[in-house]
Amino acid sequence: MSSAHLRVTHAGPLVSVQDAGRFRQLRYGVSPSGPMDRAAHAIANAALGYPEDATAIEVSLGGLVLECREGAVTFAIAGGAFSVNCGGKASASWGVHTLHEGQKLTIRGGSWGSWCYVAFAGNLSSQDWLGSTATHSMTKFGGGLLQSGQTLEITDAKVLADRVGDLPCPAFAHPDGTVHVVVGPQDQHFPQASIETFLNTAYRLTDKFDRMGLRLDGPILELSEALSIPSEPIVRGSVQVSGDGAPTILLSDHQTMGGYPKVATVVSCDLDRLCQMRASDRVKFVAVTPEQAIQLTRAEATRRRDYMDELSLPRTSLTERLLSENLVSGVINATDR
Amino acid sequence: MQPCFKPVADHSLLVEVSTEISEEANHTVLALDKAIIEARIDGLQEVVPALVNLLVIFDPLTTDHAQVEARIRALLPIKSAGQSASRHHVLDVCYDSELAPDLAAVAKASGLSTEAVISAHCAAQYRVGMYGFAPGYAYLAGVPEAIQVPRKTAPVRDIPAGRVMIAGPQCLCTTLIMPTGWSIIGATSAKIITGDPEQPFLFKVGDSVSFNRIRRESL
Repeated sequence: MSSAHLRVTHAGPLVSVQDAGRFRQLRYGVSPSGPMDRAAHAIANAALGYPEDATAIEVSLGGLVLECREGAVTFAIAGGAFSVNCGGKASASWGVHTLHEGQKLTIRGGSWGSWCYVAFAGNLSSQDWLGSTATHSMTKFGGGLLQSGQTLEITDAKVLADRVGDLPCPAFAHPDGTVHVVVGPQDQHFPQASIETFLNTAYRLTDKFDRMGLRLDGPILELSEALSIPSEPIVRGSVQVSGDGAPTILLSDHQTMGGYPKVATVVSCDLDRLCQMRASDRVKFVAVTPEQAIQLTRAEATRRRDYMDELSLPRTSLTERLLSENLVSGVINATDR
Repeated sequence: MQPCFKPVADHSLLVEVSTEISEEANHTVLALDKAIIEARIDGLQEVVPALVNLLVIFDPLTTDHAQVEARIRALLPIKSAGQSASRHHVLDVCYDSELAPDLAAVAKASGLSTEAVISAHCAAQYRVGMYGFAPGYAYLAGVPEAIQVPRKTAPVRDIPAGRVMIAGPQCLCTTLIMPTGWSIIGATSAKIITGDPEQPFLFKVGDSVSFNRIRRESL
């Protein structure tokens, strides 16, 4: 079995190793971690024909530069619109390429998006914690944050020539500034006017945005009374309102319990797109019923499955197939917007 | 107690047993947690017990809030399970002043000597009410009223792992380097994140805990 050795010549903050997540451990205080954009992570793996939950690298806007010291490996990039250069050649931010010995891969922030994923045709050797390589950024448990100077080892590294090419960036990958929420579960602690403010005002993302959560800037949300409510479980997508009235959305590495009231919870199918937004972007929250939320998630799952089914086929004819099945209306050029 | 069900997004139900913290409410939560897991409800992914409520997470592609709620309602009324399945853990603690920077302040606030605070802390029996905040952070209910102190107004940074600390009725052994506003009264050699893949966490929610005073050299 051949392996590839990639030296990390630059890794920005919060560039980390992530599999799909560490599930079913919330009762021990362990959040799922895993990718901020789960769909893009899955797509990067699926583009190589690997399991969707395989270990990959999550690249933040801080960017990543890898240098292939030994071997060769095919890799896929998906998520946002990053600036990618592989072996001296600029390429689209969604695509499959091969990195050969002596070549460099440079990924930097581009026109939109906050996170992209690099999956390898091989096994990225990484530390496991509780059965998962997902990195919990606060404790660094799991595969860990990448550091400049370290060397990554890809065992069983493969060159998959038939998979090399551009990947279509699906429309569902792109944030559109709208996020669906189900009001509650502590809406009783907010006066009706506060809930209406939350739903009728565009909030801005602040730069207090990391893997734990995202603080919003906008009208403060008054509470009905000064509160000390018993802590309760938090989920990825909980919108909690702290004492100063500012809403914060909890994300992949969220704490598992919290005593701040939650005005709403983001519907799961909108979280990937929300995570791809950037500081100062505007977001509008639209309330749906729990039943509508389930319908939205099921419809999104169908769109993702259709896209994934196409990806599992060899690359050469992928774009044509998407075009012929008129899925192109759901495909946008990642550099266009 | 008649629980209240609240939908959370597209994938969870919050089951609220009470809005006030009490031992009885927590016992009911733990009994319900056990019953829900044993009921093997279709599409159920995870149950997360807290002090007075629990979260039931399900797969929105295969089930929905109404179906999961109906299955849980069918388990009611729930009988408090008592302590039958729970284990007792005795944790060694060293209360030496270098390892217990807040012991003197707790003694002062309680109007007791530091020895009396230590005796009270050791004499009490605690119960794992929930895990929360960070990996392995088990909230142990049962700090005697005589030594209860509020949280500090501002957290202190970089508290090492393995410290024993209290705030109000809760006691907690740290597992990570973390900031905290709790009062640090000792250090323990117990590993709550065990490193054993078969049983990665020392306690199960509902287990009981007590503390055994040891000398520094035994730590």
